[in-house]
Amino acid sequence: MSVLIYTENAEGKFKKSTFEAVSYARAIADQNNTSLVAISIGDVANEDLSTLGKYGADKVLNVSNARLKNFINQAYASVIAEAAKKEDADIVVLSNSFSGRGLAPRVAVKLEAGLADGAVALPEQNGGKFTVKKTAFSGKAFAVVELTSVNKVISLVPNSYKIVEKAAAGTIADFAPEEKAGDFKTIINEIVRSTDKVSLPDADIVVSAGRGLKGPENWGMIEELAGLLGAALACSKPVSDAGWRPHSEHVGQTGIAVSPNLYIAIGISGAIQHLAGVSSSKVIVVINKDPEAPFFKVADYGIVGDAFEVVPKLITALKEYKASA
Amino acid sequence: MMKILVCISNVPDTTTKITFTDNNTQFNNSGVQFILNPYDEIALARAIELTDGGNGSVTVINVGEAATEPTIRKALAIGATDAVRINAKPHDAWYVAYQVAEYVKANPFDLILTGRESIDYNGSKVAGMLGELLDLPSVSIIKKLDVSGSDVNVEREIEGGKESITLPLPVVLGTAEGVAEPKIPNMRGIMSARTKPLAVVEPAEVKTFSEIVSYETPAPRGQVKLVSADDTAKLVNLLHDEARVI
Repeated sequence: MSVLIYTENAEGKFKKSTFEAVSYARAIADQNNTSLVAISIGDVANEDLSTLGKYGADKVLNVSNARLKNFINQAYASVIAEAAKKEDADIVVLSNSFSGRGLAPRVAVKLEAGLADGAVALPEQNGGKFTVKKTAFSGKAFAVVELTSVNKVISLVPNSYKIVEKAAAGTIADFAPEEKAGDFKTIINEIVRSTDKVSLPDADIVVSAGRGLKGPENWGMIEELAGLLGAALACSKPVSDAGWRPHSEHVGQTGIAVSPNLYIAIGISGAIQHLAGVSSSKVIVVINKDPEAPFFKVADYGIVGDAFEVVPKLITALKEYKASA
Repeated sequence: MMKILVCISNVPDTTTKITFTDNNTQFNNSGVQFILNPYDEIALARAIELTDGGNGSVTVINVGEAATEPTIRKALAIGATDAVRINAKPHDAWYVAYQVAEYVKANPFDLILTGRESIDYNGSKVAGMLGELLDLPSVSIIKKLDVSGSDVNVEREIEGGKESITLPLPVVLGTAEGVAEPKIPNMRGIMSARTKPLAVVEPAEVKTFSEIVSYETPAPRGQVKLVSADDTAKLVNLLHDEARVI
């Protein structure tokens, strides 16, 4: 047996969440005294593939094939399932990214595997029981799921497992999968990816604003604050519903759930639906003029004050801090 | 005439405070209001728009026990043509996907929609599993959906951007915000929902691969540390020295 990790890339580059998933899969391989095989699909340079060894991959299977350059979940699932069978892998790990969420269920069906989606911790393996803690109720709770099948698929939530570097190197081997014509009905017309902005689900720091900002024209200072911190932008549901900000920034129960190191909420009262999406944040800062805002109850740090006064002062303080650092 | 199937689930209302009973092994549903999963509402709204003017039919399917029927009737009131309830407890996503796939094998559809995820177990699994079980393409988290002849054009959300994709029908799609605005049932819809067909089908036998052992709630945070609005430098220092996040 072995553990197989699918290492997702964006435009040929691995993301931080991929290294997290490799580190996580390495720890599972260690639990089982077995090896970790990584599979990369698409155009990834050898120097990038070789970095996977540093995070614990013993072997990297490289699929470099023009038809498989862009993500098609049906075709990628076939490749991953084929690799799992060839490598005798009974545990497959993926990142619970937007793509991973389309891919993991297809891989699980192909391998007749139980799927622990949205895992937030290492599996526990006691007395033949294999359990994984995963998110449930949109961040309001966690569920511990037992996978009872022989094969198992686990998808890991970004920012929930720390990257571990090892002094090790993996080998790289080309892998030529079978191609099933039926897997290629999907035509990708265009991929638009903004490379200058930090993507919200992967971000270490998130700056989020709500109705307290009064209108979309006031987002300049929020963008400036986010820029200073290297943070991704987010917003509350009323803000995206009103069209002030795009839906892709909506954090909460019916939007995106995030788990950054730092979540700064500005002018957001903290409705239960919003709190659900941010409860896994390591540190929460709340800036709100209403001292009774429910968000203060789940915050680590808070400033009671008007966003229009506090945010510019915070920007000044951050600039001074950066200048002195 | 396009035949659309919308998979719906019955979930706790978004305002629900989630608690558990029996030593944290059972979800406490006492006093909980159940609703049509918000993402499924979006799928249903788009399906109704696509079949507007007698241009097809919209069937909703739910895997659930009789208690889910008010949610199914709500979907009919919003505008679905008819409904199917697979009479079983939705054990996990695999079980649900398997039941729906068995139904679809006997009753083919052109377009199968699910919400991007249910707000209870957040698996985002049913769309991909259905695609695999039916050997159809699937796209999980779409923000835009148009039908053009025998193709669909969709926009898929990716980290920091989007992909525009064309696929041939039949196809399975998981819908998110942006695809349509949820529809509110009108009085005529509510009246007609009572008499629209709701078929109850017994489930197929299938082995399951997962069990929920227990639940946990997030660890409570300590008391908030308040910083004066005039001392933002102190906040910056706390974030650097104490929290070590900047």
